[in-house]
Amino acid sequence: MAIPEEFPISRRGLLAGGAVSVAAVSAAGSPDARAAVEKAPSRPPTARVAFHVNNTAHELELDTRTTLLDALREHLRLTGTKKGCDHGQCGACTVIVDGRRINSCLSLAVMHDGDKITTIEGLGLPGNLHPMQQAFVEHDGYQCGYCTPGQICSAVAVLEEIKAGIPSHVTADLSDPPSVTRPELRERMSGNICRCGAYSNIVDAIVDVAGVKA
Amino acid sequence: MKSFTYERVDTPAAATAAFARTPGARFIAGGTNLLDLMKLEIETPGHLIDVSRIGLDRIEPTSDGGIRIGAMVRNTDLAADAQIRRDYGLVSRALVAGASGQLRNKATTAGNLLQRTRCPYFYDTNQPCNKRKPGSGCAAIGGFSRIHAIVGASDACIATHPSDMAVAMQALDAAVETIDTAGKTRRIALADFYRAPANTPHLETVLAPGELITAVTLPKPVGGTHIYHKVRDRASYAFALISVGAVVQRDGRGHVAIGGVGYKPWRIKAADAELPRGAKAATAALLAGAKTTHENAYKLPLVERTLASVLAQAKG
Ligand SMILES: Cc1cc2nc3c(=O)[nH]c(=O)nc-3n(C[C@H](O)[C@H](O)[C@H](O)COP(=O)(O)OP(=O)(O)OC[C@H]3O[C@@H](n4cnc5c(N)ncnc54)[C@H](O)[C@@H]3O)c2cc1C
Ligand code: SF4
Ligand code: FES
Ligand code: FES
Repeated sequence: MAIPEEFPISRRGLLAGGAVSVAAVSAAGSPDARAAVEKAPSRPPTARVAFHVNNTAHELELDTRTTLLDALREHLRLTGTKKGCDHGQCGACTVIVDGRRINSCLSLAVMHDGDKITTIEGLGLPGNLHPMQQAFVEHDGYQCGYCTPGQICSAVAVLEEIKAGIPSHVTADLSDPPSVTRPELRERMSGNICRCGAYSNIVDAIVDVAGVKA
Repeated sequence: MKSFTYERVDTPAAATAAFARTPGARFIAGGTNLLDLMKLEIETPGHLIDVSRIGLDRIEPTSDGGIRIGAMVRNTDLAADAQIRRDYGLVSRALVAGASGQLRNKATTAGNLLQRTRCPYFYDTNQPCNKRKPGSGCAAIGGFSRIHAIVGASDACIATHPSDMAVAMQALDAAVETIDTAGKTRRIALADFYRAPANTPHLETVLAPGELITAVTLPKPVGGTHIYHKVRDRASYAFALISVGAVVQRDGRGHVAIGGVGYKPWRIKAADAELPRGAKAATAALLAGAKTTHENAYKLPLVERTLASVLAQAKG
């Protein structure tokens, strides 16, 4: 008999449950048995969601509580995206959805129907790295590497945000388009915490990819 | 997290109808505050109504020369909008001073107004908190109260409202537009939108259950210099200890709202009138009757000094 792993059952509970199920089988069809079936613990609600991850279509039936982060890691086994805080406070879970970076830990997977999601695996893999991944390697933009996938996804999106003219807290004049400067990059990357403190090398890597003197 | 059923709707009317059908339901927009609180079981809705795709994502002119911001406009898009940057720079400035790039990409105009307090005892389910559990007490009163309110608080709750955007909206005389479960629409001045904590700190706004925010409107541009000055424990990605949002005209007149001091962005019309006389006079009017604890008394001089710096900056 398979025990659903989300319901921890003690040996004593299991024996008692077994006895009840034997009784239920022998009384099959009686009104009592039907009532017993209805009272059985119901499974948590699920919902279907279809989205593209790194250009591959996926369709999943998920417990509605599943975050996008857990769907990627636990269901699609894309473990490049990391769980740091699970509360939007560290940026380790940053992925790019329809061209915008978000914290995948603070977003329900079922809310992403039809979306195009890019994770660190989708930016590039060993042997075929994205320029940002390559630059992080060259500039030593990490130490332990735990925050790195989030940093890189964020960095790729940051350069697009500057190109799109989105202002930041340090943009001096709201009527001028922002440019790639070190203060701009530091401010825009503030949602990605690095406990190893690789910040200055991370900024060097981004400046390198942006191809500017900053 | 408690389990819940989920549905996505595609119009505002479908959203309020879904609410009327399902007791215990909540709307979810960007999810950056609600999902966070659901993980901690501070919020436990049995049903979620996804309103992120109901439209309401446009920024358009109003007939009186002002602007209407759809409830689902993302914080990033609002901050970057050309007209907002030109005519309502205070809104852009306040938005980019808040949260992170990732969060602003998800957070919506309505969700931002309705985000809940960052009082640490509200987040710690082992502590008494009248806002989380009515009648259980307030751990912040007599506890660590460094980030708490100095005006408008009650004996039941001294929490502050954490939004930066709301401070800008208040200084600019914003109004909130809604539709309720009976299909009735109304317009609420932001000044009347948040409820004082009194004995019921769990009731935070005047919205009825199932009443959906459809837009936030701003009156026609007032010109002037727009400055948002946020003081926090680190230079980025932190909530305000206090903040000053101001529009200052050449002759020294202006509008000012203060964040981090009360249950709502703090705006006193009499203080606006004092602005030409300087920060000391205006702060005295703004924070008259303030009640501080030994841990948050620093906010009184901090508001005055920050306002002084804002007024000096406006003079150029
Ligand atoms: C780490 C971190 C740091 C942050 N820092 C800051 C900061 O410095 N400054 C700041 O201002 N904010 C900050 N925030 C908060 C952030 O701005 C809010 O989480 C965000 O604005 C909420 O918007 P949302 O669309 O995600 O709301 P949701 O989480 O989707 O919803 C919030 C509430 O609004 C209700 N709701 C949503 N839409 C509607 C509607 N149309 N009508 C009626 N009810 C509705 C929901 O039911 C829910 O109760 C921070 C958040 C995090 C996680
Ligand atoms: S200040 Fe308000 S939110 Fe904080 S513990 Fe007291 S009742 Fe709760
Ligand atoms: S894991 Fe998502 S922000 Fe930390
Ligand atoms: S490299 Fe270790 S946390 Fe950033």
